Amino acid sequence: MSDMNVAMVERYRNNFLKEVEHNVEEGDWVKMCMQCGVCSGSCPLGPYWDHPPQELFMMIRAGKREEVLTSTSMWMCTSCYNCIVRCPRELPITHIMHGLAHYAKRLGLAPKEQPTFKFSQHFWNNLVKKGRVNELKLGLSLYFMNGLVEGIKTSLNMAGIGLGMLKTKRMSPMEMIGGHSVKDTKGFHAMLKKAEEIEAARVEKYGKGS
Amino acid sequence: MADEMKMGTYICTGCGIGDRLDASQMEMIATREGKATYAKTHDFLCSQAGVDMIQADIDAGEVSNAVIAACSRRAKNEAFNFQDIAVSRANLREGVIWVRPDTDEARETTQEMADDYIRMACFEAKHMHAPKPSDEQSLNKHLLVVGGGITGMTAALEAAKAGYPATIVEKTGQLGGMAGRLAKKIPTRSPYANPAETEVADLIAEIEANSNVTVCLNSTVAKTEGAPGRFDVEIATESGSTSTIQVGAVIQASGFKPYDANQLPEFAYGKTPDVVTQAELEDLVKAANGDAVKRPSDGKEISEVVFVQCAGQRSDKEGHLSYCSGFCCNASIKQAMYFKDANAGIDTTVIFTDLRTPGSGGEDFYRSGQQKGVVFTKGVVSEVEPGSDGHTVKFKDLILDEDTAIQADLVVLATGMLPNSGVDPYAAEKAAAAEEEEGEEADKGDVVATVDVESILNLDYRQGSDVPQLVHGFTDSHFICFPYETRRTGIYTAGPVRRPMDIAQAREDATGAAMKAIHAVENAGKGRAAHPRSGDLSYPTFRKEGCTQCKRCTVECPFGAINEDEERYPTFNESRCRRCGTCMGACPVRVISFENYSVDTVGAQIKNVDMPDEFDEKPRILVLACENDAYPALDMAGQNHIEYSAFVRVIPVRCLGSVNTIWVTDALNSGYDGVILMGCQKGDDYQCHFVKGSELAHTRMSKIDDTLQQLNLETERVMTYEVAITDVQRAPKLINEMAETIEKIGMSPFKF
Repeated sequence: MSDMNVAMVERYRNNFLKEVEHNVEEGDWVKMCMQCGVCSGSCPLGPYWDHPPQELFMMIRAGKREEVLTSTSMWMCTSCYNCIVRCPRELPITHIMHGLAHYAKRLGLAPKEQPTFKFSQHFWNNLVKKGRVNELKLGLSLYFMNGLVEGIKTSLNMAGIGLGMLKTKRMSPMEMIGGHSVKDTKGFHAMLKKAEEIEAARVEKYGKGS
Repeated sequence: MADEMKMGTYICTGCGIGDRLDASQMEMIATREGKATYAKTHDFLCSQAGVDMIQADIDAGEVSNAVIAACSRRAKNEAFNFQDIAVSRANLREGVIWVRPDTDEARETTQEMADDYIRMACFEAKHMHAPKPSDEQSLNKHLLVVGGGITGMTAALEAAKAGYPATIVEKTGQLGGMAGRLAKKIPTRSPYANPAETEVADLIAEIEANSNVTVCLNSTVAKTEGAPGRFDVEIATESGSTSTIQVGAVIQASGFKPYDANQLPEFAYGKTPDVVTQAELEDLVKAANGDAVKRPSDGKEISEVVFVQCAGQRSDKEGHLSYCSGFCCNASIKQAMYFKDANAGIDTTVIFTDLRTPGSGGEDFYRSGQQKGVVFTKGVVSEVEPGSDGHTVKFKDLILDEDTAIQADLVVLATGMLPNSGVDPYAAEKAAAAEEEEGEEADKGDVVATVDVESILNLDYRQGSDVPQLVHGFTDSHFICFPYETRRTGIYTAGPVRRPMDIAQAREDATGAAMKAIHAVENAGKGRAAHPRSGDLSYPTFRKEGCTQCKRCTVECPFGAINEDEERYPTFNESRCRRCGTCMGACPVRVISFENYSVDTVGAQIKNVDMPDEFDEKPRILVLACENDAYPALDMAGQNHIEYSAFVRVIPVRCLGSVNTIWVTDALNSGYDGVILMGCQKGDDYQCHFVKGSELAHTRMSKIDDTLQQLNLETERVMTYEVAITDVQRAPKLINEMAETIEKIGMSPFKF
């Protein structure tokens, strides 16, 4: 992964804006920001971001590659879409945030201890298996995310709720073995593979110089 | 007026007037007290039948001075537009029944109000004469356009297209002005995406092909004398020969000069040829003639261009311009596109504090620049450090809040516009006033043109050689209502001499000014006022025997309409006059008057209200309200049925500047308990239709306290307010406050 990072640094040298345009989902919108700050003011989690979206865009233009890609900011986005709705320049800000997060992860620069980062990985791993989220397994994997002891503590804490759900048939213990899936699991995996190929092709395309 | 005066009073009982007021009593008052020859009542006076009734009386020679007691003088004036007679209007609808409650208790005072307005209108009519045009007028359709830039050329062509021949006087050897220097212009048509052709060549070709436009190159205006409709203009050519032409009106399109970037040493201007102004970049682009612009210092390929916005502008530093020139953000986007369109690999960065892209297409053009990859950085440039290979632009990033720097092969400074407005006729006065304001507050950093300023128009006016300026040297005009009208009637300014603007705005300005000039020429041909009292035939005259030659009228006239003759008496130039009456208000011996507006027409109204005695508990408040803003505000209060005191008597005046202090003194002497003057906003952002009227009135009234103290009266009895046309709630409130004040301080002891 960090090989890719080295490669990208080499490829784009000082032009981080161009790198973002080429490699980040909806990244070609970044240059259209007019720095009004409506997105930052609209974000319900704004006060907890190190760099609100407007600032991230400015940092991209100013070539602050390291600072942007290692930032926890875009991982804070909860996809409420308030910024997209309000942006006078109609930038798909939510998508750009996720795009940036994804790109940072691909480069291996994303902050590993960020809870959203961790959750996303668990969620993804859980989802790709059967095309459906296995809530029982996802829940348990999250409980044990931070180690065995904490996992057991959380499990015991949540036992009441779990039993209640069992009783009201909201959760089945049978999910532990196999669990439900989409009708065509094979087709689903083929789709994921294709998507990965497209992604790889894009990296390949811009990988050969801009 | 040799004819015997016959006064006819026409009372309308429509719109509820008849239900609320006693019409027969008003008829009686008109004939007995107002000395009207007759009084007639009609239940729908503004109907065809009602108007025909009045017209029949006029045709039969029954009436020379008419009183129409109906609605406000601002309503139904098409219906009541009678020629050749003097007409006075009593405002019974908006001024009486609509501002008073329809209750039994209020009936008596409401009727008294109406009766007084009948008396006042009768006495006003008695002192009025039907205005007739002077024999001074002449129709000259020829227009003079000073300046052959984009504004001047557009104005001349627009006038010519409308059938008014124009002569362009251009100082240089070619048409085009500053726009001729540009490689491309900011686009003026959708989709506003790319720089557009300047169209200067097209305009020049159009002018050459138009037989109605004459061009005098290498020429200046050596002398301008006369008045609208009959200006004599002496045109001097560089070779020394002069010729004189007669024109009806003048359009001054003398444009701007670029700010001197030598005052910006912090940006290394002058230290390296790689720091240029926007205008100089245009020269570079033109000289490159389609090829890539090379780095001026060593001819190297340019790969990084930085645009510094607000260079020496919007700054309070000494020597900088305090204002925004408006065009430069768009110009920088355009110039960044010169590079981006030629080679997308060139980095262009615009460092701005606030990106301002005025005009309908401005935002689209900004967006287009972003799409092309121009980088916009919000920041303030502190310094440009010249280097041997490229230069360092140091700036504070305002979003990231840090000091940083960027490399540049070429630095372009967005410097501002300085108006070419000639000599400010009131510069000395303003300087004296500023000094008087005391203290060192004066060092605002505003540019004071210390360079020798040449006159543009060389006016042969007592009040100076050029049109007056407001701030920063831009010419003075009523910004909202009369943008092109300078304070010299018949002379119109357009383009950047009026305010900073770009080509699109300048062309619109030129068209507007041409239209106004045509308007002035046509009105001058009929002996009528151009504006704001458009179509007014009355003009001021003075009683020579009474004149003390104090010159107050000539000095205070905001429009330079009054000169002096050899015997030092004032000479009124009717067609320069705007009919505001400021001279009338200024005259200490009250010898100046209009046929239908004079010290007597208002004075008689003041004196002829019925004054109840001190123990009646019915005070009287006089309101002198400017007819442009305050009076309509009171009318609108009526339309909204906002009540105000029944003790008030409102007299509209042409401008608060026309208020002669004798009216106030007379009012207090005849027993009024309070006097309110309502004029327009004064100061730099004035709303006064006659520019200085309200200000002068406030100055005059600031001295009224002495008079009050001499009379042993409380100073609260006379109040002067600035009232806007939107003060529909406030104006009645001011009246009611005065009524309360009087209740507190008691009635005036001057009732007989």
